[in-house]
Amino acid sequence: MNYIWCSLIIISIIFGAINGKLQDVVNAMLLSAQNAVTIAISMIGIMAFWLGMVKIAQKSGLVEWFAKITAPILRLIFNELPKNSPAFSNIALNFSANALGLINAATPFGIKAMQDLKEEAIKNGENKDAASNSMCIFLGMNTAGFQLIPASVIAILLSAKAKNPTDIILPALIVTSIAFISAIIIAKILAPFFYDKPKTNNGDKP
Amino acid sequence: MKEILSLISVWILPAIILIILICAIIKKVPAYEAFTEGAKEGFWISVKIIPYLVAIMTAVAMLRASGVIDWLSEILRTPLEFLKIPADVLPLMLTRSLSGGATLGIFSDIVNSNGPDSYAAKLAAVITGSSETTFYVLSVYFGAIGIKKFRHAVLVGILADITGIIAAIFICRWMFG
Repeated sequence: MNYIWCSLIIISIIFGAINGKLQDVVNAMLLSAQNAVTIAISMIGIMAFWLGMVKIAQKSGLVEWFAKITAPILRLIFNELPKNSPAFSNIALNFSANALGLINAATPFGIKAMQDLKEEAIKNGENKDAASNSMCIFLGMNTAGFQLIPASVIAILLSAKAKNPTDIILPALIVTSIAFISAIIIAKILAPFFYDKPKTNNGDKP
Repeated sequence: MKEILSLISVWILPAIILIILICAIIKKVPAYEAFTEGAKEGFWISVKIIPYLVAIMTAVAMLRASGVIDWLSEILRTPLEFLKIPADVLPLMLTRSLSGGATLGIFSDIVNSNGPDSYAAKLAAVITGSSETTFYVLSVYFGAIGIKKFRHAVLVGILADITGIIAAIFICRWMFG
């Protein structure tokens, strides 16, 4: 990530200079730094609400029960997790919320799942700064963005008076399924090539 | 079909909340205390994400402002037109993994300039609707749990996005072409 991040910024500055857009680049930097904080702050409310709900569900045993019924399927994908890992439940909740287009609910569930995955990784003696194989699979599942109905896209088509705005639902569903499955497969194929030595505990500097 | 879908989407959140609260009452869980305890975490998680989000969002915004994406689109225009891919959709493909807001903006532009029923608009709609903003997801999820070494996660996200775009091109040509 070090290299990717540094080269993104270096390329931007060099290209901005060549294109005579250096001022735009600087403005973009200032503005988006501000935006990032606004996004994070505006997330607090919804994040707090759903994590509060998840805590209730945890205490009543609902999370455990949901993990039990979803584990048989998820265990095929996350074969490195122990059978009764609480991560299964939050992964399933995150997936369901994403599929239904409830991004607001999906993110807190996803973060909960990541926390569970991190605990499993620490139990396994893995480096706590590095992503585990399971985390990479789960992240891939989320970046592929499996969604049954792309509501925002349909809304834009609808407002532009498209004749048949819903005819993209099926192709989008096929494409997102392909991306979703390939993310899992790619994550599994790449994992052994990115083996992380468990000893280096400093992590790399951002 | 449409009615059922909208009924489900209205009911899904309230249903989840109802199930959670009813279970809590049956199991005699102190729901209010548990809620506030969990909600407290939500605050710190959001704050923890900030540095990661700033790092990635600034880099992406700088890249977009520098004009690299326009330059790449210009270079790839001819080979893409040879493959019968509308060149207008190219900036969208290059932006999809980087910025969600920018992608929706480019998508609206394509819809407005090519018409909502054009092939370019359909392809753009499928690409936009079938993927998530990889770099945003990456910074939020790994930021929240303090992961600094991403290992193969970035590559997985990008390769899955590329697979999705290729799939979208084929499926759209088959269905709308």
